[in-house]
Amino acid sequence: MSFDYEKYIRPGKLPHIWCPGCGHGIVMKGLIRAMDALGMKKNNTAIVSGIGCASRLPGYIDCCTLHTTHGRAVAFATGIKMAKPEMQVLCVGGDGDGVAIGGNHFIHACRRNINITYLIMNNNIYGMTGGQFSPTTPTGAKASTTPYGNPDPPFDIAKLAIGAGATFVARGTAYHANQIEKLLVEAIRHKGFSVVEILDSCPTTYGRRNRFRSVVEMMNNLKEIAVSVQAAEHMSPEQMQGKVLTGVLYRDNRPEYVEEYQKVIEAAQDFAG
Amino acid sequence: MEKRLPTIEINEKYCKGCHICVEFCPTRVFEMKGFIATVKNQEACIECMQCELRCPDFAIKVLP
Ligand SMILES: Cc1ncc(C[n+]2csc(CCOP(=O)(O)OP(=O)(O)O)c2C)c(N)n1
Ligand code: SF4
Ligand code: SF4
Ligand code: SF4
Repeated sequence: MSFDYEKYIRPGKLPHIWCPGCGHGIVMKGLIRAMDALGMKKNNTAIVSGIGCASRLPGYIDCCTLHTTHGRAVAFATGIKMAKPEMQVLCVGGDGDGVAIGGNHFIHACRRNINITYLIMNNNIYGMTGGQFSPTTPTGAKASTTPYGNPDPPFDIAKLAIGAGATFVARGTAYHANQIEKLLVEAIRHKGFSVVEILDSCPTTYGRRNRFRSVVEMMNNLKEIAVSVQAAEHMSPEQMQGKVLTGVLYRDNRPEYVEEYQKVIEAAQDFAG
Repeated sequence: MEKRLPTIEINEKYCKGCHICVEFCPTRVFEMKGFIATVKNQEACIECMQCELRCPDFAIKVLP
C-alpha cells in the first residue's frame, strides 16, 4: 500500500534541503509511519531538535515542533515534558548534536529516565558544517579535521545510553527502512527514556572522504555490517568482528522522572499545608 | 487475463537522482535519465514497495 507521507508534512516544505542520498529523509519517513501507526495527534506531539542537518527534521513535520540551539534539544524537551506530561515528546538530531556538544544533556536524561523518545541519526560526522569528525567517527576514518585518519576511538551510542540508565535502547540503519518504523513504535510506547540510534549515510561529507563511491555503496555497507540481536546469538566473537548489533538492545523498567517529580510536588504541598 | 499494472509516479520536482531506486528495485524498473530517475520497465514491477520505502526524497509513489 502506498503511504501518504504528505499529510504529515507542512505544505510547501518539500523538496527538503538534504543532499542526494542523505539518509535523513529515509529516517524521517520511518518516523512519519511510526506516528501514523500510533495514531499520534499533531497537537499533542512535540518534536524537538538541536542544530545540524538531522536537526532540520522537525521543520518538515506538521505537529508541535521546536528547533533549539546546538546540543540542547533534550533540555528543551525536558521542559516541555515537565510542563505538559500528557504530550508525547520526541527529540531528534545527529551524532554531533546528541553526543558531542549535547552529550551531557543526553546522559543525564538517560539517568533521569524521563518519558521522552530520542531519535539519533548517526552518520558519524558533522554534516552541516562540512565534515568535521564527531565522537562517533570510526578510528582511522577521514574527516575534514582528521585528514590523516581519526586517532580517537568512537562512542557506541547505544552502550552509552544503556550505561547512563536509558530504559529502552534500540539500533537500526537507514538501509533497514521498515525496521526504523518498528523500533520507533516500540520506543514511543515505552514509558521512560528511550533511545533509537539509526546508522545513517552522509555521502557528501563522510562517504566521499572514506572511499564510498556512491550512496548505494554506503547503503550496502549498512546492510552488510548490521546483525540482528537474534542472529548474533548464533555468532562467535570472531564472526561479530566489524559488525554492529541491531534491533532492541535493552529494555528495563524503572521509576519515570515526571511521576517521581510529581511526588516531590505533593510532598512539598503537604508540608506547606 | 491481462496483467494489471501499477502506476509508478516519480515526482521530478523532488527527485535528486541518488540512484537508490535504480539499485534497490529487485526487478530493475528504473533507470536514470540525466539526473532524474525514470520508469523504464513498468511491466516488471512486482509491487514490493521497496522504491517508495527507500526513496530519501519522497519522490516515488506506487499506486495499484
Ligand atoms: C554552539 C554551537 N557550536 C557549533 C555550531 C556549529 N554546528 C552546526 S551543526 C554542527 C554539527 C552537526 O552535526 P550533527 O549533529 O552530527 O548533524 P548532521 O549535520 O551530521 O546531520 C555544528 C558543529 C553551532 N551551530 N552552535
Ligand atoms: S551534508 Fe551530509 S548530513 Fe547534511 S544533508 Fe548533506 S548528506 Fe545529509
Ligand atoms: S530514490 Fe528517489 S531521489 Fe533517489 S533517484 Fe530514485 S526517485 Fe530520485
Ligand atoms: S514496487 Fe518494487 S518492483 Fe515495483 S518499481 Fe518499486 S521497487 Fe521495483
